[in-house]
Amino acid sequence: MLKRFWPWFWFIIGATYFLVPLYATFDFSLRARRGELSFAAYANVLNDIKFVESFWFSFQTALATIVISALVIVPTAYWVQLRMPRLRPVIEFFTLLPFVVPAVVLVFSLARTYNRTPLTDSREGLWVLLVGSYVILSFPYMYRAVDTGLRAINIHDLTEAAQSLGAGWFTILARVIFPNVYTALLSGAFITFAIVMGEFTIAALLAQPAFGPYMNRLASSKVYEPSALAIISFALTWAAIAAMQWIGRGAQARIAGPR
Amino acid sequence: MAFLELINVHKSFGASVAVENFNLAVERGEFVSFLGPSGCGKTTTLRMIAGFEKPTAGRIIIDGVDVTDTPPNRRNIGMVFQSYALFPNMTVAENIGFGLKIARRPADEIRARVEELLRIIHMSEFGRRYPHQLSGGQQQRVALARALAIQPKVLLLDEPLSALDAKIRASLRQEIREIQRQLGITTIYVTHDQEEAMALSDRIVVMSRGRIEQIGTPFEVYNFPATRFVASFVGTLNLLQAMVVDAAIGLLTVEGQPIRVARPLPQHRSGDAISLAIRPELIALDGQMNGEVNRLSGTVEDVTFLGSIVRVRVRLSANKLHFDLFNNPQLRPPQPGSSIAVQFAPEACLVLGEDASPAHSMSASAAQAA
Ligand SMILES: Nc1ncnc2c1ncn2[C@@H]1O[C@H](COP(=O)(O)OP(=O)(O)O)[C@@H](O)[C@H]1O
Ligand SMILES: [Mg+2]
Repeated sequence: MLKRFWPWFWFIIGATYFLVPLYATFDFSLRARRGELSFAAYANVLNDIKFVESFWFSFQTALATIVISALVIVPTAYWVQLRMPRLRPVIEFFTLLPFVVPAVVLVFSLARTYNRTPLTDSREGLWVLLVGSYVILSFPYMYRAVDTGLRAINIHDLTEAAQSLGAGWFTILARVIFPNVYTALLSGAFITFAIVMGEFTIAALLAQPAFGPYMNRLASSKVYEPSALAIISFALTWAAIAAMQWIGRGAQARIAGPR
Repeated sequence: MAFLELINVHKSFGASVAVENFNLAVERGEFVSFLGPSGCGKTTTLRMIAGFEKPTAGRIIIDGVDVTDTPPNRRNIGMVFQSYALFPNMTVAENIGFGLKIARRPADEIRARVEELLRIIHMSEFGRRYPHQLSGGQQQRVALARALAIQPKVLLLDEPLSALDAKIRASLRQEIREIQRQLGITTIYVTHDQEEAMALSDRIVVMSRGRIEQIGTPFEVYNFPATRFVASFVGTLNLLQAMVVDAAIGLLTVEGQPIRVARPLPQHRSGDAISLAIRPELIALDGQMNGEVNRLSGTVEDVTFLGSIVRVRVRLSANKLHFDLFNNPQLRPPQPGSSIAVQFAPEACLVLGEDASPAHSMSASAAQAA
């Protein structure tokens, strides 16, 4: 009996820590009309064109970040593991820099570095700068995920097998390496997605119409709507992650299992 | 001219030498094994043929073309790894067709070729499976089919059976050999297992410490080892310490008991201590051989019943030797502690030279056998 008690005890403590604030937020968000529970606050949020626009903007930004990050990280991690295994700690250190350098510092140095270039002159340029910053923020998660994924397969022999069959580097990356780190890549992508969707500092400083600044504005001007928005964005983010998981399930099934 | 040639190939990693002065000519369709202990440079040599390592010096020629500087993906070489190295994200059929797809062959040609290869490896029903759904033996057969699909000039296998259990190893070994004969493909097979090398090869290259010790047919390598290393690495041997009595007529003593070898020992003088090697299967119980034979008597130390054969270990005083008897239910095997006499022909005695120097008595017996 006691053996089953403690695991459940800790599970319930953890779940409470997570669920109570969520439930409280949800409960509060239903009280926009005095004396009754209603979805009025939700209707207000969803009818706000700014909500849809900023969410869509950040969604696209997150996807662009994930794609670019994957294109940078996978070949790098692959090459380092294949040919320069001694450099692994160095590369890992560099990818961890976003944890050390505050976002404010990052965005100011980027803005200064690219000052008076097309990157800071136009809306599109600033967006590129935004995505660039997010790619850097994603490095710690993406690199670790991909590095671990690569370790799970014998990249050395797979590479040589592909080479002996006539494949060049591009083919090896596209047909052998990417498909086999796909699952690992997804786990890095989930975190990146969640971070980009909620990111405030960089988006605000670059004056981008992103979801983070929108949430922030709403929180300082409305009462019930921010709670509704929190629940909605929570649900949407989870839905997006579930969708990515669903897309990746085939790959997962194949790579799993004994080798 | 030979189909595959390695000329004075040399490979160092920094200061350490992995392969030295390697010369080999392989005929078209020949099955050659590299045999030697771990770390002797077999894999490195194979990887130089495949193009994954660049020789520090020397040339590699395949089908008349010098490929020393050709990258691995242009060499058209089939490679089979100990780890199978199947692409986990592809089905069996996709794995086998991978090389053809890269060569941009038409889809129906690829399909036909994949089906043909699946038939050859007896796995026609498995085309749609993924590698992780197969046993180790099946995975290695797929890896073989994948390597063969591109109709490579040379097939290279690096200890392909080492990860498999004994039973599958023996049957897959035969299968590899049959497929190789059927397709007539020039093959280099790396192994540290002498039994495997003997069972498969047209010729064996015995290697030690980055150097070739001997190149020969399994028969030659086993019966007429060129060096002390080959003699001790290939098969099992009884090693006896002997003393030269009369070099001119090949007379020795082992613990005072006289022994004749088949040839004189011009490099030795009386009083020299030398090592004598005798294959266990060339030793018999006293009284079973005709003609001039050597006799040694000692005490039975141990008898091991191994089914079809009975292994008997005999102790002289300092020296030990063992030999095998065929099992015979009508005959009581020798009893431990009893005294015993064994005999063997002078031709069975190999006088071992120093490492990497030919043992003259063996080449002499080689001449005799020929
Ligand atoms: N990439 C490498 N770097 C340094 N030394 C190596 C490398 N590859 C092999 N060696 C060395 O070369 C020698 C031969 O190795 P290898 O060809 O793998 O032997 P085998 O396959 O016969 O076991 C070994 O001493 C090994 O440590
Ligand atoms: Mg090896």
